[in-house]
Amino acid sequence: MYRYDEFDHTFVRERVAQFRDQTLRRISGELTEDEFRPLRLMNGLYLQLHAYMLRIAIPYGTLSSKQMRQLAFIGDKWDKNYGHFTTRQNLQFNWPKLEDTADILQALADVEMHAIQTSGNCIRNVTADHWAGVAADEIEDPRPWAELLRQWSSLHPEFCFLPRKFKIAVTGAEADRAAVAFHDIGLKIVRNADGEAGFQVLVGGGMGRTPMIAKVCRAWLPKGELLSYIEAVMRVYNLYGRRDNKYKARIKILLHEEGDDVFRKMVDEEYEKVKAAGGVSHLVPEKEIARIETYFAPPIYDALPDEDAQLTQHLRANSKMARWYEVNCAKHKQRGYTIVNISLKPEGGIPGDATSDQMRAVAGIADKFSLSEIRVSHAQNLVLPYVRKKDVVAVYHALEKYGMASANLGLVTDIIACPGLDYCALATARSIPIAQAISKRFEAPERQKQIGDLAIKISGCINACGHHHAGHIGILGLDKAGKEFYQITLGGSADEHASIGTIMGPGFSDAEVPTAIEKIVDTYIGLRQPGETFLGAYRRLGAAPFKEAIYAQAAE
Amino acid sequence: MAVKKDVRQVLTANLLKDGLVVFMTDGAAWSPWIEDAAIATSKESALELEGRGNIAAKANVVVGPYLIDVIEENGRPRANLIREHLRTLGPTVRTDLGKQAERAAGGSGQGGAFI
Repeated sequence: MYRYDEFDHTFVRERVAQFRDQTLRRISGELTEDEFRPLRLMNGLYLQLHAYMLRIAIPYGTLSSKQMRQLAFIGDKWDKNYGHFTTRQNLQFNWPKLEDTADILQALADVEMHAIQTSGNCIRNVTADHWAGVAADEIEDPRPWAELLRQWSSLHPEFCFLPRKFKIAVTGAEADRAAVAFHDIGLKIVRNADGEAGFQVLVGGGMGRTPMIAKVCRAWLPKGELLSYIEAVMRVYNLYGRRDNKYKARIKILLHEEGDDVFRKMVDEEYEKVKAAGGVSHLVPEKEIARIETYFAPPIYDALPDEDAQLTQHLRANSKMARWYEVNCAKHKQRGYTIVNISLKPEGGIPGDATSDQMRAVAGIADKFSLSEIRVSHAQNLVLPYVRKKDVVAVYHALEKYGMASANLGLVTDIIACPGLDYCALATARSIPIAQAISKRFEAPERQKQIGDLAIKISGCINACGHHHAGHIGILGLDKAGKEFYQITLGGSADEHASIGTIMGPGFSDAEVPTAIEKIVDTYIGLRQPGETFLGAYRRLGAAPFKEAIYAQAAE
Repeated sequence: MAVKKDVRQVLTANLLKDGLVVFMTDGAAWSPWIEDAAIATSKESALELEGRGNIAAKANVVVGPYLIDVIEENGRPRANLIREHLRTLGPTVRTDLGKQAERAAGGSGQGGAFI
């Protein structure tokens, strides 16, 4: 993992001291709320429905066990003994007090964390494939580049006041687990015809009220040119992005209005200017990227056979554990190891929530079995990236003890949900109760297995923090004359074949949603071909049979 | 929120120091309970509440005071928008937290926590 150098430490500590002073001045009345609001937002502190909320950055979703323990400590000392992992690989505390926030930020700084740029019109926390560095299908580990982007974008003087917020995601694998096509800039490590690894640069993706799939701006970019090229993209956006209308201010609108070819030409022209700029190389210094790469060097793995005989025996004897292993553990690039995915979606639970006790338990398990490292996924789950197959049984039992052994990764109950109107000041409807009701409806393991891969994603407003546009089944909560109602979309996907879901028709009440989802699922099961996933079936069949099923049901 | 005709309204805000939801009472104090809120029944009384709220905001007691519509149930105000009703309770998915939890523990109606 990356470790702060003296510059990083000093920078973060200075920010804490500045915020402490700003808070004192706010409480004393020296600063008005209008003056203070942008300052607290720059440090991740929002005022939400019931209280303040602190959003903490987890760069590219990578956490050490020490950091996880500190989050648990913060939850116990200054919050209500739990935190919420978000679709941006962040962690949110829902009840901090303003007067405690500087102390919380200091506690974060002590473990090389902060909440800077988790709000505001700047480059937000850079996200990445949560299996980075260990995925079997990976071309290269994208984390050194994500770290480079983190350093480059932190308080970048030119890009602190963009027309709107800006999100970057990075993956180094063939399968897209980072939803790169739904980001302002999506970076994918690919090989060119000569077999050399570089970046495919996607621009202009996003969710929100105007969902768009990112366009390929550069099919292959030499890795060393990454920062200069992105600088060119950012400059075009900063200069021409609309500042007159916040709903049209994202880069996706600029790209859409200019057209792909014109936008690419604008970037290319700007890039030529960047490259021609006075005597400074446009390449990332090789020494610097090599320095960062040392922090992400693969660990010294044990030489192990790929199959562990004892594990095989245990799995034969314990069908529940076998099911969990099959569903939640993924192929590792190293023989004898596996990637353990910890579901934060217990059947009927709150997606993404973890108690302080659970956080400490995960930290302890990571120390013992995963080289003290944890990942956070954008699907609101956790990952232990370095588990030896011979330790899987012990890991399973430890997770089970803390209610974190749900075998549902990628299944119907592995639902993404934003906090919605239960917490969020922007929300128009609740998301979590809908997720809970659907999860309870489909809780039987046999039923989940029968259905197979299915991504349900729920947002409590049009801002789409719950990624509903990219859900195989998406649910959007809205307000209609003071009542919550829910619009259903089908056919969205955030993977390497990204697509935006199609609205099925009129919305449903909260009570009607689980039955509508069940009708959709039953329609799929009835019409699917052997081995066909929900998304595959939807793409083959189109919306008609699903519409017929849910609206016939609604009319009954 | 603009003052409306013929609508009963109360004034709400968040406390500056901890962000918790409060309501202005008849005595221009702040209570965590909507039941204690002063109810404006005319445009004039709503404007008066709003003015007091702005004074409290300038005095750095609360943040962002605004009027909300209420209905009266047994003589007590109840927020008629779900968003505002949830602010009087806490998260519906964690009934062990927020005002609903305090209420269950006997917090409401005891006259405590006035500011």
